[in-house]
Parts: sequence; C-alpha cells; structure tokens
Amino acid sequence: MSELTRLTLAEARDGLASKKFSAVELNEAFIDAVARAKTLNAYIVETPEKALERARASDERIAKGEARPLEGVPLGVKDLYATEGVQTTAASHILEGFVPPYESTVTANLWRDGATMLGKLNLDEFAMGSSNETSYFGPVISPWRRKNSDAKIVPGGSSGGSAAAVAARLCLGATATDTGGSIRQPAAFTGTVGIKPTYGRCSRWGIVAFASSLDQAGPIARNVRDAAILLRSMAGHDPKDTTSVDAPVPDYEKAVGASVKGKVIGIPKEYRLDGMSAEITALWERGVNWLRAGGAEIREISLPHTKHALPAYYIVAPAEASSNLARYDGVRYGLRRTGKDIVDLYELTRAEGFGKEVRRRIMIGTYVLSAGYYDAYYLRAQKIRTLIKRDFDLAYAAGVDAILTPATPSPAFALGEKGAADPVEMYLNDVFTVTVNMAGLPGLVVPAGLSSDGLPLGLQLIGRPFEEETLFALGEAIEQAAPKIALPEPWWV
Amino acid sequence: MSVDLATVRRIAHLARIRVSEEEAPFLQNEINSILDFVEELNAVDVEGVEPMTSVLPMAMKKRADVVTDGNIVEKVLANAPAREDGFFVVPKVIE
Repeated sequence: MSELTRLTLAEARDGLASKKFSAVELNEAFIDAVARAKTLNAYIVETPEKALERARASDERIAKGEARPLEGVPLGVKDLYATEGVQTTAASHILEGFVPPYESTVTANLWRDGATMLGKLNLDEFAMGSSNETSYFGPVISPWRRKNSDAKIVPGGSSGGSAAAVAARLCLGATATDTGGSIRQPAAFTGTVGIKPTYGRCSRWGIVAFASSLDQAGPIARNVRDAAILLRSMAGHDPKDTTSVDAPVPDYEKAVGASVKGKVIGIPKEYRLDGMSAEITALWERGVNWLRAGGAEIREISLPHTKHALPAYYIVAPAEASSNLARYDGVRYGLRRTGKDIVDLYELTRAEGFGKEVRRRIMIGTYVLSAGYYDAYYLRAQKIRTLIKRDFDLAYAAGVDAILTPATPSPAFALGEKGAADPVEMYLNDVFTVTVNMAGLPGLVVPAGLSSDGLPLGLQLIGRPFEEETLFALGEAIEQAAPKIALPEPWWV
Repeated sequence: MSVDLATVRRIAHLARIRVSEEEAPFLQNEINSILDFVEELNAVDVEGVEPMTSVLPMAMKKRADVVTDGNIVEKVLANAPAREDGFFVVPKVIE
C-alpha cells in the first residue's frame, strides 16, 4: 500500500501545496488501492480516468499557484448524489443504468474547489438501512474484523460504502447523507468521523430524495479536521433548494483546536437505556471525563420525548419516502417492465425494481398517509416531532452548548446477524441518532474507543442549529483525549 | 392497529407495487410489527401541539416566476426506457 493513502486529507492538501508529490501521484495511489479492494464492495462504479484527468488539471493549477481549497484531493461520492455523465443508482435496480445529465449542487461545490472523484460509493438501497445489506449491488464489507475472527462485519448504513472507503483508505474523504443516522452510525462502526450538519446547511438538490424533511448531506472523513475542511466546501446556499439556508459558511477548520473551556455539555438522562451494555456506558463516561478535563462544564439534562423519536421517525420517514419514490414509474428513466396496460407497467416495474426493505417502507408510508389514517399517524408524528424539538430548545435556552451521547447502542455486527426476522431490530440502531434529524440539529460522531472484541465505538455530539463550529471544537477535544484508534491493515488486498 | 390481508393488497395497489399471493402474508406480518412498534405514540399527549412543518423558522423562499431553462429535450429523454419523436412512450391509456 502506498504511503500516500495513509495521509489525512489535510496532510495531503499541504503536501500537494508544498509539491512533495503531485496530484497525479496522489490520485494514482488511491486508484490502485480502490482497484485492489473489490472484496469490500465499497464502490459501485470506479472512475479512474475522471480522477486522473482532474488530477492533471490540478497539477497545472498548483504549478501556476492557483490551487483551490481541495485541489487534487481524491474523494468518493455516495451513489445517492447525481453525478453528470456517471451512473447514479441509489443502489437500486430501478435506477440501474441511469446516467444523470446534471450534477448535484454539493458535488459541484466540491469540484469547484478542486477535488477529484474516484467513483460512486455503495449504500443501502435508497439510503434505507443501517448495515448496507439492502444494496442491489451487494453488501459492503467493513475493513474492520473482530479480534481473532474473520467473520464479515457490516460497515453500518446507509452510508456504508462511504465509511468503509474512508476507513480502508480508499479515498481521502467521502460524501454521505443522513436521514436518521446514515452518516453517524457508519462513522461510529468504522472508526471514522461523520457530521450531519443542521438541516438546510447543505443543498439537497441533485441528491436522490428519501425523506425530504430529514435528509441532509455531510462528509465522512479520517478525522475531525478533515470533516471540517470538507463541510466548508459542501455547504452553502442554493437557490435550487428552497430549504437551503442563505447564511455565510464559516471556515470550519479554524474551529478545530479551539478551547472547550467553559462550554456547557448536556448529558441527557433519557439516553441511558435499560439494558445498555456496560461497554457503551463506560465509553460515555470517559467522554464526559475528557471534556471535563478540557474545562467544559458537565450538566445532567432531560429530553423527555426522546423515546418517541424512533417510532415517530418510522411514520414520518416512510410517509415522505412513499411520496418521493412515486416518481420511479418506469416511464421516464430506469427499469421498465411491461404488462397489459399502464397500471401493470407501474406495478410490475416497481415490484421488480425496488428491494424488500424499500417496498416495505413505501407500503408503510402509503398506509399512514391513506384516507382515514393521516391524522392518527402522520399528523400525530409531526406533533411529536414538535415536542422532541422543544426538548432540545429548552436545554439550549438554559445555556447548554452541546449534548454528548453514545453514537450507537452496540459496535458493528456481522452480516446477516440482525433484522432478518424482525425489521424493527435493525431500526433500533438509530435510537441515539434519529432525534437529531427529527429536530433538524447538527450531530457529529467521533471515534472514542474499541469494544471488547476490537471494533470501533463512537461518541455523538449534538449542537445548536448552525453551530457546527462548536461540534468541531468539542469533537477534536475528544479526538485528542481518546486513545488513538489505528485503522485496520489491508487484509482485503 | 393492525392490518389484514385485504388491506395489505389495497395498500400495495395504492403504492403501485405488485404483491404476490405468497408474499402478502409476510408483508402483513412485517407491517404489523412496525405498527406495533409505533403504537406507543398513541399514549403521548399532543393536545394543543402544532405539527412541525419546518425544522427551522423560515419563510418559504419564492423565486421569480420566469423560465430558467428549456430546450433540453435530448437531456430530458436521455434515460427514457422508450421514446419516439421527442416523447416518452407508454402503453395506450385511453381506449
């Protein structure tokens, strides 16, 4: 493995600027690593020619002294982002072969800043899943393994390809999306850093929609600084997304290393679940101690509606999904199966094109929105969402700057281990992350330790709206205090 | 609340997803398991609570009502499973 792939994004950026190596050399190192990592199934499509073409252009700009913030930096793109001229599938059979004639705003922002693209990363179909096992293109295998075991471990989901690729050094950073935990849970499972920014911080335009009031783009990266660098390029106002916020984007990297002295950290008692593993409890306590040692003030808080967040999410998200996914009808793009009439065309196309989990969620969503049930389910869930957000509002009004929680209730599990008999078992993965989407808040996950069987565990920081800088400062404080987690050595080559 | 098989078939038709006779009972079980999971929400007091319509207080932005693109027929049709003379082709819908 080339030493270049071991660099962080910030180190690579600085090495390019000081001409220690060229953008072509850097990109070739990653292209080679990607080509040798097929076992992990992290990429659906590889685009080495595109990466090299952009890298050559980057070298020219660097030579002329015109380097942009991400000049020549090779990234992976979750295959939920439309990329002009490159197949975009949402990991679904129904979109297989779809080649967008347009570019998503967030990826366009990354290319504007000079980044290169290595390929499109695998995910759960339509971002519906917590293990990357629902992809039409097969599951992603985590680069992590349990101690003394070669059982295949899931990277989490839905941004499983993004997290696995970053952890296996198959890109310097990756785009991801988060509707209920899809950036943060895979980051926690793979010892990487992921941030779901405040709703509205990044444009959703050109990202395949799952649940529009919850979806948000964000990066997965090797460390907190890299995540901050990426978010600065990804974020910003976009007239094409009416929910994107017209507010200046701070230089997030400047927040990395800022003092956490005097910050008030809320510890919500409702996140202490019955039967929570001792390992997770201990990790959380260590996180509290690290922040306290850094000068933060620790305060016990209450977020009483926490336990309703996950059930309410499983009404709101499928409802919005059933509406968003109505567009896949076999008429304008993607798969088409024909029958005796147009209804047959719709029904056969959608039955074959959507996988099991997606069909199930569309059905649930259709049911809760159907005549006679709308008030009992959807409207009630939206009211409960108001209550969940009010809990956070009250905590912040009382002076809390950020909230510290575990990222996941367990470390990563093996393929096929969860959710086979009961879909709800898989849903419980998102118990700590989903509240953040329901309230539209920013959430950052940072690696904080290893489980007894040697798998990464993460802590989550939840912030005030648009105060991502506070999360980067606190996240880096945890990163510095926590034991260093060495990424796995490539067994997959 | 729980759904019966007839309801499963009705939802499938509303969602325009063909569900086979063998598949329907499995879907019924899964849907009911999820409905059981969300059942607890009925116990939450939501009296007088406004439903959330926006996660952040912001006015809906409106753009000027003007044409911003067009004349991209090739792009629009580029991914069509069936096309003819600049149109999408579908089975006959009017007898």
